[in-house]
Amino acid sequence: MATYKFKTPISEADVRKLRVNDVLYVTGTIVTARDQAHRRALEFFKQGKPLPVNLEGLAVFHCGPVVSKEGDKWTAVAAGPTTSTRMDLFEDEFLKNFKVRVIIGKGGMGKRTTDAMAKYGAVYGAFTGGAAILAAKAIKNVKSVEWLDLGTPEAMWIFQAEEFGPLVVSIDSHGNNIFMDVAKSVEANRAKIYQKLGISP
Amino acid sequence: METAKIVETVGFNILKQAVIYLPDDVKAALKKAYAEETSETGKTQLKAILDNIELAEKYKAPVCQDTGTIIFYVKAGAKAKDLDKIEGALINAVKRATKEVPLRPNAVNPFDQKNSGDNTGRYIPFVNWEIVPGDQIEITVMTKGGGSENVCIGGMIVPGEGINGLKKFVVDAVIKAGSQPCPPNILGIAVGGGADISMKLAKKALLRPLDEPNPDPALAKLEQEILEAVNMTGIGPMGLGGKTTILGVKIDYAFRHPASFPAAVAFNCWAARRSTARISADGTVEYLTHKLDW
Repeated sequence: MATYKFKTPISEADVRKLRVNDVLYVTGTIVTARDQAHRRALEFFKQGKPLPVNLEGLAVFHCGPVVSKEGDKWTAVAAGPTTSTRMDLFEDEFLKNFKVRVIIGKGGMGKRTTDAMAKYGAVYGAFTGGAAILAAKAIKNVKSVEWLDLGTPEAMWIFQAEEFGPLVVSIDSHGNNIFMDVAKSVEANRAKIYQKLGISP
Repeated sequence: METAKIVETVGFNILKQAVIYLPDDVKAALKKAYAEETSETGKTQLKAILDNIELAEKYKAPVCQDTGTIIFYVKAGAKAKDLDKIEGALINAVKRATKEVPLRPNAVNPFDQKNSGDNTGRYIPFVNWEIVPGDQIEITVMTKGGGSENVCIGGMIVPGEGINGLKKFVVDAVIKAGSQPCPPNILGIAVGGGADISMKLAKKALLRPLDEPNPDPALAKLEQEILEAVNMTGIGPMGLGGKTTILGVKIDYAFRHPASFPAAVAFNCWAARRSTARISADGTVEYLTHKLDW
């Protein structure tokens, strides 16, 4: 369980140093993207249109923040992660096309994303679900917001963060996935639980 | 003051209390879980949760950015005045809280995907009504996170399998949910009635405090048995492994049709947000779960 502190843009070589169970803190640009922003970004790529921000080497955060606006200035009031599995649908293409190095979310992602992280060089950093103020305090500035027509939760928020974390590296770029390992051992416990409760499977 | 104004103020206050300050029983359960968790990664998650709860209180900001779907439970005294004004007043309270707390706008039209921007829309906030004797109005708000909602499950058990069928249904639901609902979770479980009734009761069961066991001793025992069983899964805090998967199990039931055994499991995330206030006929307000303190 080593601790790493990375600044964006993060290189592929750096991200490949990370192993599952390491703890990571990210300083620099973190961009939020949920279902709708993933979908739109991939459509843009298909049409050859540039994204509002170049994502290479950045961290993408599965997050729909609570925001407030005074004058022209946005503030992230609460900004914990959303469930990442919904983005499994898009993430392999996303990593391939945009060279994002860190995906931040909660709940983990599946085999398709794990394979893509190994292939293109990226990690999944789990941030504690619901720990929204812990996250917001590490967001020092809302640099801009794009695609606000998607609604504030689904818009693309561009945050300046300082030591954003702790992120538990739970999918690394070497094919390891803590969530899939836990799911396997949970499956193995199922029979024991049935037995304790006197259930026939 | 007129009822509508009072209800709007109370609705706003309980919403604000709920999203910022977790109930004491939930905080106590999380502290106990942190002390007892043996998985190192699991402990880091519980630590982050406890730190976050403190920060939310300090900065008076919502404990989680998903401020949920807003659901009210109203116990309306049959002799209370202006009952027809309550729903409108609660809608106004939600709009105000969305702007002023602030809350995340979480009401989306399922057909055109447009977010209303103020947490209101067709049937939202949802108001559950119960007519009770007397002239008081008791209002509870639950703000229900999406992650834990996505794994709620209703189904039909073969009546011949009875309670063992229910136990299997619950264990399978927890294993299937895995890391998705922000464990540690609270489970509301209900059987009987019908598909809709069991789910409604399961969700409502989440309002019972964690330190209040079921008043029926047999069901209290079943709650404990299921709690111990589901914590053997090893899913752990945030699904990263550990022995704290479920903080509490709350069971309710309705009588069932001889041929049907409907069952429902409602998951709540660790940010189990609820708050209750009571309005008396003379307009005085009593906050029952939180101190009015900001």
